[in-house]
Amino acid sequence: MSEFPSSARVVVIGAGIVGNSIVGHLAELGWRDIVQIDKGPLPNPGGSTGHASNFIFPVDHNKEMAMLTLDSQRQYIEMGVNVTCGGVEIARTPERLEELRRRMSSATAWGIESTLLTKAEVGELLPFVNLDVVLGGFYTPSVSCVDSLRAGTIFRERATALGALVTIPNVEVTDVEVIDGQVRAVVTDQGRIEAEYVVIACGVWAPLIARMAGATIPLVPAVHQMIDVGPIPILEATGNEIGYPIVRDMDTFMYERQTGGSMEVGSYAHRPIFHAPAEIPSIKESRLSPTELPFTAEDFDAQLEDALELMPDILATAEMKYAINGLLSLTPDGYPLLGETIEVKNLWSAAAVWIKEGPGVGRLIAEWMTHGVSEIDPHQSDIARFYPYARNDHHVRARCAEHFNKTYGIVHPREQWASERDIRTAPYHQRTEALGAVYFQAGGWERPHWYESNASLVEEFGVADRPHEWDARWWSPIQHAEHLALRSRVGMVDLAPFVVFEVSGPGTVPYLQHLAVNNVDVEVGRSVYTPLLDERGGFRSDLTMLRLAEDQYWVVTGAFDGPRDQFWFRKHLPSDGSVTFVDRTSAYCTIGLWGPKARDVMATLTDADVSHAGFPYGASREVVFGSIPVRLFRISYVGELGWEIYVSMEHALAVWDRVFEAGQPFGLVPVGAGVYGTTGRLEKGYRLMGAELSGEYDPVEAGLARPKVKSAEFIGKAAYLAAREQGPTATLCTLTVLDHTSPRDGIARYMSGGEPIVTKAGERIVDAKGRPSYVTSAGASPSTASFVLLAYLPSEMAEVGAEFCVKYMNELYPVRVAVAGSTPYFDPADERMKA
Amino acid sequence: MRIAVCVKRVPAPGARIALSDDGAAIDTKNLGFTTSPHEECAVEAAIALNEQHGGETTVFTVGPPEADEQLRYAISVGAHHAVLVSVGEEGADPDPQATAAALVDAIHARETAAGEFDVVLFGNDSADSGGFQVGVRVARALGRPIVNGAKGIAIVDAQGASESGSGRAVEVRRESSSGSDVFRLPLPAAVGVLEGINLPRYATLPGRLKSKKAEVPMTTATMAAPRVVTRRFEVPEEQVTETVMLGDGADAAERVVDLLIELGLA
Repeated sequence: MSEFPSSARVVVIGAGIVGNSIVGHLAELGWRDIVQIDKGPLPNPGGSTGHASNFIFPVDHNKEMAMLTLDSQRQYIEMGVNVTCGGVEIARTPERLEELRRRMSSATAWGIESTLLTKAEVGELLPFVNLDVVLGGFYTPSVSCVDSLRAGTIFRERATALGALVTIPNVEVTDVEVIDGQVRAVVTDQGRIEAEYVVIACGVWAPLIARMAGATIPLVPAVHQMIDVGPIPILEATGNEIGYPIVRDMDTFMYERQTGGSMEVGSYAHRPIFHAPAEIPSIKESRLSPTELPFTAEDFDAQLEDALELMPDILATAEMKYAINGLLSLTPDGYPLLGETIEVKNLWSAAAVWIKEGPGVGRLIAEWMTHGVSEIDPHQSDIARFYPYARNDHHVRARCAEHFNKTYGIVHPREQWASERDIRTAPYHQRTEALGAVYFQAGGWERPHWYESNASLVEEFGVADRPHEWDARWWSPIQHAEHLALRSRVGMVDLAPFVVFEVSGPGTVPYLQHLAVNNVDVEVGRSVYTPLLDERGGFRSDLTMLRLAEDQYWVVTGAFDGPRDQFWFRKHLPSDGSVTFVDRTSAYCTIGLWGPKARDVMATLTDADVSHAGFPYGASREVVFGSIPVRLFRISYVGELGWEIYVSMEHALAVWDRVFEAGQPFGLVPVGAGVYGTTGRLEKGYRLMGAELSGEYDPVEAGLARPKVKSAEFIGKAAYLAAREQGPTATLCTLTVLDHTSPRDGIARYMSGGEPIVTKAGERIVDAKGRPSYVTSAGASPSTASFVLLAYLPSEMAEVGAEFCVKYMNELYPVRVAVAGSTPYFDPADERMKA
Repeated sequence: MRIAVCVKRVPAPGARIALSDDGAAIDTKNLGFTTSPHEECAVEAAIALNEQHGGETTVFTVGPPEADEQLRYAISVGAHHAVLVSVGEEGADPDPQATAAALVDAIHARETAAGEFDVVLFGNDSADSGGFQVGVRVARALGRPIVNGAKGIAIVDAQGASESGSGRAVEVRRESSSGSDVFRLPLPAAVGVLEGINLPRYATLPGRLKSKKAEVPMTTATMAAPRVVTRRFEVPEEQVTETVMLGDGADAAERVVDLLIELGLA
């Protein structure tokens, strides 16, 4: 064997599907001097890849996951390791049948061919299934089984053939050296490798390696039980490794997958069983492999009964030949952990990835490392997304315990977590609680979504309920009543989750100019709303900057993107110390006050001039409420006259009480985030990062391009100029739903987002860049008594008045383009906001 | 055919056995437990004999309460009854005399209640402590002949023809360096079974579910102070074997020839 390398451009730790995909794609993108190490032998080093079930169901409600899966499947096909067998998701309950209809919509959205099956059709595809317990099915012909070990070998061989890769198995990492916040070397039991980059791609062990570098990779190794049952004559008769479609018995959270003459039965129904990464046995101490732990049969007995019920004839006599507690990686929100770690420069995480996403993640990470940006936007998978409270083992385990059994569950798009609640609360939380606030979590904060104390407004404003339970779940007509109360009188909104960064020092202006698309060099006391772009010109963020002083700004961003934005800002700080960056989120609380009567209320709270001339739109300044200093910022995400009130945490309770009291003569009500984030926002056409705004669209397409481009350089400028030159490929539109009546049962239905926009004939719509049209946000516009959807349409189709359909629960509802571009649907001239 | 099988719950380790810090015990934190392989074969042999000759099998174990798992596994593959003699906590390993005494008591009790066992089967030796004693001690105490190392078991008549109506015996085949030895033991008798005598079946799904519902009585034995005490384990020095590549394709021929000569094979 050649000598152990003492240096490398990049060390990839892990030779499972993820590490292998990464080395393959890095090499393809021109990287050389790649060293890949694993503590186990090749081709199966003993991680989760080695015992994976290796099947791919491409349909996922989540776009990012669906895109990564489709990309992976394409790669497996190209490598010749993909066997298409089809897959059937079985419904045993009416709720599941409805969920399968929802999956049909997602299948259309992401371009995957699927069909609903009757009970009889399930029987034709799966003659061994007991149809007595089946109501119907969802069939995806492209479901496949892959050879992930072989794929890994091919990736390595390709990289090796390019002269780019040395792979060394049986090497144990003992330390990761970091100097000045940047990774420098990987120390192993066989020697030290200096490296410019290190990628942690070792699955369940990733937290241990990260910890060596002082970084965190918040995942927990969790058990997924599976057994292999055979021999089964009808399966043996196929003469194939897989001859029948894979079955997902969704309501029992199980799957049954043929492997030759046997059936593999796997489950996500058993109790959550977690392990500590440090206590996973070594390869030598393991009877099978480190991630194939002893089967705890008692946890699986209920599943045996379910499996027997579904396939009584073939499973009754077959023997359980192999049974494991297989380890896989779970994360607090179920998404992978991808990207540069926030703690250590050039130390990358590629963890918590399933076989179905492996090669796609490999490509994404390699592109990201190479270009600073990837074709698929890893917004939800970005490891920078977690607040400190979410980066520790306690939180990881609490959330994973909650979502493990939802792996095959029916999860409502608005569904809230039950665990880890009440850990971030506003100083006036007891007040909102007393008002009957129903809290949704935003960045860990308990944020009122609506207030039960406003129930009487429903009658006052004549708000209708939603007739279908699914549409009414995690929703209340009170939200619409609050909306109308705010629009007709005045409302106060708890915005405590706002993220506030204070940026100061002599280098501040050039630093912020470098990040922001719009000119931030405005007068002191003025503000700028601006996109932040990535190098390719796609959205990295959108936020607001307030100039407080010559060399001092506040950057205000939303709760959901706070940590990601913070990482981006810190990453680009100049090294000369000319800029100071402080996260002031925990120092300030924000309360919104909006409505036609907002000025009247404000005038009773402060002696400052709050007239339109004295306090123009977009201005911010410090005033006092009595003795309490606050900063008022005249802006509105609901398109209404009013202010955001920034106040130190210790004064926040007092300010809440004063605003509430001062507002009573004017009919003030507390208003929840259901208005702030959905109804108020959507009828004004305001875009949301992660929904309308992503790395896959540019400001021209999102309707956020200003007439002029500032002269200062900024990240993504070249791409932005090119995008302006070329014009948009897609245009973000506001559509209204023309008829909510379900063709199937005549009930009025209301979309929740993610549904495909299709032609009136039901044909999928895709723009010239291959991007599908789907609903990025959906919600009512109570002010106009209509229901609006935001969606990108191919620009040539984005004409006001053009009619399409939205496919919701596998049914078509007619929609019409109300606005093409960013003009608000309600109050298009912004007269209310600028009154 | 009434058969008793005595089994032992043992850890199922990997290639390297982890020990507790003081070396006094096997670290079983990450290990599953199983039935000693010889005894798994004894259970299979018993079930096969039942299938041939009718009757039923009762499985006995002396061990911690958790040994219930191994007894239920035996039921899941076809044993009819099981008896657990509890001797305290997981990891407690009573010495062979104490184990044998507890088993004798349990078998006696069962025989008194339900009739004599025609055959009592043991594994040749346990997978963990490897004492080779319990079977012999129990057989001696029960006053029954025993042959160890069984690689074949058949029920025959006393003359050795395949079973007739009366005067039955168990014919035991044991492999030796010169061929095989065949013993014929009048019933009731005891046999120590060697792994490889058969290929034990796995549990079916219904078998597993049935075993969950089976009644497994547990008695607690008062054990005499052990006369054999385990002080400490040591993991032997690892034998590092290195694979030497002799070459690729035809290039390797010369070195292969050299090696064959060196080994005296050419």
